[in-house]
Amino acid sequence: MTLVVEVEGLTKTYGPLTAVDHISFKVQTGEVFALLGPNGAGKTTTIRMLTGLTRPTSGRARVLGLDLARELPRIKKQIGVVPEQSNLYDELTARDNLLFVASLYGVPRRERGLRADELLRRFRLEEKRGAFFARLSRGMKRALTVAAALIHHPRLLFLDEPTVGLDVVSAHGLRALVGRLREEGVTVFLTTHYLEEAERLADRVALLVRGRIVALDTVEGLKAHVKQRAAVEMYLTSAMGQERLRFHGESVEAALHAAMTHAEAEGKRVMTVNTLQPTLEDAFIQLTGLSAEMMQVEKEGR
Amino acid sequence: MWRDDLRGIFYIALKDMRAYYLKPPNISWGIFFPGALILAFAIRTPGDLQALAPGLVAMTALFSATSMEAIVITFERRTGALERLLLAPVTLPAMLAGKVLGGVLFGLTIGIMVLVGVTIGFGLAAWRLVPAFVVLIMATAAFSALGAFVSVAVREVFEAQTLANLVRFPMIFLCGVFIPLSRLSATLRMLARGLPLTYAVEGLEAALLGTPGWPMGLDLAALAGFTALLFALATVILRRRLD
Repeated sequence: MTLVVEVEGLTKTYGPLTAVDHISFKVQTGEVFALLGPNGAGKTTTIRMLTGLTRPTSGRARVLGLDLARELPRIKKQIGVVPEQSNLYDELTARDNLLFVASLYGVPRRERGLRADELLRRFRLEEKRGAFFARLSRGMKRALTVAAALIHHPRLLFLDEPTVGLDVVSAHGLRALVGRLREEGVTVFLTTHYLEEAERLADRVALLVRGRIVALDTVEGLKAHVKQRAAVEMYLTSAMGQERLRFHGESVEAALHAAMTHAEAEGKRVMTVNTLQPTLEDAFIQLTGLSAEMMQVEKEGR
Repeated sequence: MWRDDLRGIFYIALKDMRAYYLKPPNISWGIFFPGALILAFAIRTPGDLQALAPGLVAMTALFSATSMEAIVITFERRTGALERLLLAPVTLPAMLAGKVLGGVLFGLTIGIMVLVGVTIGFGLAAWRLVPAFVVLIMATAAFSALGAFVSVAVREVFEAQTLANLVRFPMIFLCGVFIPLSRLSATLRMLARGLPLTYAVEGLEAALLGTPGWPMGLDLAALAGFTALLFALATVILRRRLD
């Protein structure tokens, strides 16, 4: 399997602040690779460096086999980028925005209209083709921004926080799109602070904290880090009402024994008992020392 | 790569014309502004309308080429739309050149309307339109580069307007339209020689009225120099800001 992104010791400093600190990783063709981390971890700075918007302070990167420092124009032609902000042009219609982006990428004139119409159909925006970008809903703006990133048929798609601020339906649609792109052979590099998004979409996840990659593995691989300790979840009922408790042990049997002992001692009735599989959240907390809630709060507070 | 840049320059300018410049309020402002200037000049110096022509054309070009451009670039930087252009296979100087070209095209559109209007209205010889058009092109290029420089030097749209006025109004009073350069003190004359509007007015005076002064070639060279200098400064500042 060939490599689409190769990063070695990539670093970005702003004065005394180190935003990205000697990160190294590789992305393989056709995979969905996620950078997961809290606000300020360096996710967007990493994408900005890999797409040529910001120059690295040090380190090397190759994108699609081309050197980032020397062959940026050739790289840009083959990548699509969806920034965190849906930043198309308010004063142009949905279709004209796509035509403009197509013209910048050198899509032949006769193909621009066909591709724009195809993408408007695919993203269910046909009825909004003549609507100004400013008049579209947030979800539609996001969909059109993704469509614009796909107009030149990129081999690699960068998605920076793709579902931030989207309603449930729009976010679901976007996640489904990522799955379809993978099936079509497009490599996807995404950043997210949503644990469940990374878990659902990514083949491999890099945990980025304070500019450094603290772990990089498949979702299952990351979960394996917390599999050493088993856990059971038990619903109990008594005259005081219902409660849910978690018990941990070296094995499932040990955790279950602890749970049953507790129920007997307290005189409570056991309603249900479930063995718990570790989630990416468990792995994240253990590997980074951060709480999952902190990521959520930090992002919403921006 | 140069083909990508040329294509980018063309389409960015075209997009700006459609999205911003050719909106009815801008066109009507472009017609109203020189009309108000003619009225003000005519009240001040009735009977000597031909002498108004160079200053009128130069100031119209200055305001047309700088006003919207300073807003457009600052606004697009705020919304992130400017960075979107850099995600495409277009270099930063080419992207900025596309922005400057948009300002030039709008400045030329309004400037030519006024130039033709004063040539006919003030009874100037039609052949004088040719050299005046050359000066107008060079002047709008310098003014548009000035607009780009102003817009990247600030962060907010209102700051761009304030800085643009801070630069434009002293230029108007020192360019020789209101007070001839020969009547300025040595210090002010030297300052006037550091402003692009002075060369635009002087070049248009030579082209439209045949006024003796610096050779027109020197005025054109000075305007080209301002264009190159302001464009280079704008490129360096914008690159630093994006980094």
